[in-house]
Amino acid sequence: MSIEVEGLAKKYGDQWAVDHVSFDVPAGQVVGFLGPNGAGKSTTMKMLTGYISPTQGSAKVCGISVTDDSLSVRKQVGYLPESNPLYYDMYVKEYLRFVARLYDLGKQTKSRVSEMIELTGLQLEQHKKIGALSKGYKQRVGMAQALMNNPKVLILDEPTSGLDPNQITEIRKLITNIGRERTVMLSTHIMQEVEAMCSRVLIINRGKLVADDSISNLQRQHGNKQSLQVKFKNGVDITHIKAIEGVIDVDDLGGYRYRIDAKTDLNLQEKLFNFAVETSNVLLEQKEVEQSLESVFKSLTRNG
Amino acid sequence: MVSIFIKEIRSFLSSLIAYIVVAVFLLAIGLFMWIYDDTNALDYGMASMDTLFMMAPWVFVFLISAITMRSFAEEKKTGTIEFITTKPITDTQIILGKFFAGLTLVLFALIPTLLYYFTIHQLGSPQGNIDTGGMWGSYIGLVLLGAGYVSIGLFASSLTDNQIVSFVLSAFLCFFTYSVLGQLSGLFPTGKLNYYTEWLGIDFHYQSISRGVVDTRDVIYFISLVAVFLGLTKLSFSRRKW
Repeated sequence: MSIEVEGLAKKYGDQWAVDHVSFDVPAGQVVGFLGPNGAGKSTTMKMLTGYISPTQGSAKVCGISVTDDSLSVRKQVGYLPESNPLYYDMYVKEYLRFVARLYDLGKQTKSRVSEMIELTGLQLEQHKKIGALSKGYKQRVGMAQALMNNPKVLILDEPTSGLDPNQITEIRKLITNIGRERTVMLSTHIMQEVEAMCSRVLIINRGKLVADDSISNLQRQHGNKQSLQVKFKNGVDITHIKAIEGVIDVDDLGGYRYRIDAKTDLNLQEKLFNFAVETSNVLLEQKEVEQSLESVFKSLTRNG
Repeated sequence: MVSIFIKEIRSFLSSLIAYIVVAVFLLAIGLFMWIYDDTNALDYGMASMDTLFMMAPWVFVFLISAITMRSFAEEKKTGTIEFITTKPITDTQIILGKFFAGLTLVLFALIPTLLYYFTIHQLGSPQGNIDTGGMWGSYIGLVLLGAGYVSIGLFASSLTDNQIVSFVLSAFLCFFTYSVLGQLSGLFPTGKLNYYTEWLGIDFHYQSISRGVVDTRDVIYFISLVAVFLGLTKLSFSRRKW
């Protein structure tokens, strides 16, 4: 196991930011860590990397306890903190050399630094000041920094936040590349990202782990309902639709559009057509809505 | 520790802090030493460098606070503290790296003043009539005092993420340990309390070393002062974990 977390908890004041979370990540897996803002994603990652100490519970990275031997853990882990803090007054190369020295790479320093520059595509930027780089390039510097020690475990806290779509694609490509022979744990709230890169999802809400499964399983488990998006000619009373047997939930989307969730065994299309006829309304549009990871996420973290 | 030391020195150099600190120090001390009516060495009538050693602790109160104010405050503000503390390096190494970088800068500010010694040595009548022993003692005292100030400044910086708060706090703490403790001892006219309050202050030991006798007790005092404030810095720095 690359990461073993057992009853990990962090208390701020009298609130549990992370509330006794347990999970394991086997070597080589790419895990997406999902959750609404303030759910405890960053706090969990900060405990794994030794930035803060857990209030209770234990965590092991590569079999080493993060509380007992933090230094050894830090040698094995590459960490990209949230919002990617960098020294803006340093030059890219100077900064990466500094990172290499922190890892005590000795004679390898030079070759390792140029390797990182190549891997993250910073060749043209290496003599610029970090503060002068665009956000996408800053993110690459952050990735280069996290990969310097050739870590077995990579922990990335929102690696794509604040980037434009092209930059997101590039960073994702980079992560997919380096994730081939490494354990990667990345937090995000972009669902497509998880679908694109991760084989497994952990969803955390209000400090508690609410889901831990593969993406396909999650969709299957929480996909036990059908969703339709419909449009009527005239407005309808939501309570009347809700009264139809088998309908779970109705969302008013505005413009006489409604999203209706119902049990799978119900012939919803037919029922709605009849409903329209009975209320002398006209059904203009019916569209099936796929159960995406996004809706799974929403249903699991609704109260958050 | 060395990696942090190099990084800090480079950042002093690239951010112009180093040049400004050295230039302002030399300018301020130079003014007092050679220009000002009341304090200049030329009109003083004695071949001595007392002005330098009297004024430097006061100039240092501000300059060293300026050197150290960003050390932790800025890292906290920009979040780089999370980067540095998740690398395989201990808190102690980070603090010591920053401490020695600050102290090195203080040394570089002091080195050019050796020229003053040469000047006054030449001006003495007869030539070379200067208390060389006292001068070296004073320099050692000044370096030790600088080390004390740097550790105080690091502590102040570790308390906050605001550089201005850090600067003001550091300047006050330096001023307090250098001078106020000695003055406060006047509150207790006699006895041990009077002695020990004054003994706690930097000036007491600085004056003692300035006489040219490097007493181990004074050296131990300065080392303890540095150790106490670096220890407090470590405590305050590790607060983030709780």
